[in-house]
Amino acid sequence: MINWKVILEIAKTHLVTKKKSTITATLGVTFGIGAYITLVSFMTGLNEMLDDLVLNQTPHVHIYNEIKPSEKQPITLIENLDEAFNVVHSIKPKQGQRKIHNALPILNYLRNDENVRGATPQLQAQIFYLSGSIELGGNLVGVDIMEEVRLSNIRDNIVEGTPEALKNSENGILLGAGLAKKMSLSVDDRVQVSTAEGNIFPLKIVGIYQSGIAEIDNIQSFAKLKTVQRVLGEAENYVTDINIKLFQINEAEQMANRLEKQFDIEAIDINEANAQFETGSNIRNLITYAVSVTLLIVAGFGIYNILNMLIYEKMKDIAILKATGFSGRDVKYIFMSQAIIIGFIGGVLGLCIGFLLSKLIDGAPFETEALPTITTYPVNYKLGYYMIGFFFALLSTIIAGYLPSRKAGRIDPVQIIRGT
Amino acid sequence: MGLILEAKNINKHFYKPKDFQVLKDISFGIEAGEFVSIMGKSGSGKSTLLYILSTMDTDYSGSLFLNGGLVTGKEHQELSRIRNKSIGFVFQFHYLLSEFSVLENVMLPAKKLAEKSYDEIEHDALEKLNMLHIEHLATKKASRISGGEKQRVAIARALINNPTILMGDEPTGNLDSFNAENVFQIFKQLKEEQALSLLVVTHDGDFAKRTDRIIQMEDGRIVHQ
Repeated sequence: MINWKVILEIAKTHLVTKKKSTITATLGVTFGIGAYITLVSFMTGLNEMLDDLVLNQTPHVHIYNEIKPSEKQPITLIENLDEAFNVVHSIKPKQGQRKIHNALPILNYLRNDENVRGATPQLQAQIFYLSGSIELGGNLVGVDIMEEVRLSNIRDNIVEGTPEALKNSENGILLGAGLAKKMSLSVDDRVQVSTAEGNIFPLKIVGIYQSGIAEIDNIQSFAKLKTVQRVLGEAENYVTDINIKLFQINEAEQMANRLEKQFDIEAIDINEANAQFETGSNIRNLITYAVSVTLLIVAGFGIYNILNMLIYEKMKDIAILKATGFSGRDVKYIFMSQAIIIGFIGGVLGLCIGFLLSKLIDGAPFETEALPTITTYPVNYKLGYYMIGFFFALLSTIIAGYLPSRKAGRIDPVQIIRGT
Repeated sequence: MGLILEAKNINKHFYKPKDFQVLKDISFGIEAGEFVSIMGKSGSGKSTLLYILSTMDTDYSGSLFLNGGLVTGKEHQELSRIRNKSIGFVFQFHYLLSEFSVLENVMLPAKKLAEKSYDEIEHDALEKLNMLHIEHLATKKASRISGGEKQRVAIARALINNPTILMGDEPTGNLDSFNAENVFQIFKQLKEEQALSLLVVTHDGDFAKRTDRIIQMEDGRIVHQ
């Protein structure tokens, strides 16, 4: 039978009368947890921002029609050459169109799939931007702009003008920021584009697009799907790419494989396309946890030390408690509960300090040319990290408190009482 | 009346620094309401015996009965409970918890026992302090009172759970003659008024002479009782 009320009362008295050591031990935990929360909030905020930067521009599944040589050359169809060895020189890609066959039915099919949040058609066209006598190579992407706004963060990347302006204009263009700078163009100016065939088309600039990635901003612009189809002189079913966003990103790989087989097209999933970003995030997380765990281990040693000292100081008290009927287990719990109280208070304070520091970082200005939508440092306030932090605080104090407490529980009262 | 405490053939060895038999075949009993003192030279094993009888030391052979029940070989948890409920203990150095008030010190064993409500425990504790004429010290910190007062607080604490036997290890050894006499009178009063059994280890011949029975120890044996 354990009488928690008495045990906690004694634990409380010990903590209150030893204010200095209690505060030192608590602060150890507080700083450990505070640092963990700050680090993890900042690091994951940064991770998320970088992931967003790249991944939000990347569809979960990207469908396109690749230009490549036929896998089966005519010679393999000759049956009596089965056992023979053949060599074909100078294989060229198959004659075919870049467009996706049956793009509209595929789109319809995808939009009815319950795992799909949205599917948007795109038409990527290689064009030249004409600025006086200068021709700049680049691409013009025809999009269903409102669907893009719904499914990606394109709105954040339109630094001037609005997506609605593009929607309402028959020959509007969202010009890449790099291009606009090179050609000294701004909103409401006109830009001429020329197709590979040499057809020249004037477009009105309704907005400036800046992704933050210079290589993209220097070559890429957006226009309405219809506009680009008209520029290329193609029919309304001419679509070169379909971008799919799923509800569950981890279904992307499976979906891509299925679509490849079903429609005989190329489908690439996000993980395949961006494997290196995952690695970067993982390593940053690893560093965060390594630093935090180190801090907590240091705090744990502090608690271990302080409890050890306390137990040496309280030898006589322990002996007297045991002589008057407290069992070894009671004594162990008295010191364990001190460790847990320190962990609890230190943990809660640490969470508060972590939160305040994150707020501070969140408010600190962070402006960079490359990231037009970011004005302050990114911070992630996920409840899960606070829960992990609190759990860490308790775990480290319990581990640090266990050994000294067990020692206290095993003290032989007779030795102490006779020893004086 | 039956025996409150009975020891049968108790032997104990110290193994460090070398094997040494400190208690040799000790057998005796204490009746209810009896005031017994144990005397002997330093090293005669009287304190060792007392700690075995108090159930704190379990490293011995032989058997120990308390209130007719065998105590030897019981679990530590069980022994703690027996100490808590049935044995009151007074040490030479008062050994109060210095961070607690006098009243809290007295109440602590009863709170551990948890057979009564907080209010009842407080009432009992004040009653014990009253009996020992130290009720005015109740709210003082245990570290702030004199030696004689401390010993009386320790006695109050030993009595809080109404034990069947009170044990003392030189309870007057650290006190001046006035306070020593005071403690003796308290013990005597407890025996007479509450029929409490008392077992006291002492060096003080005058103290021992006035008890009901003296157990004389020498070299780990009882030589006279």
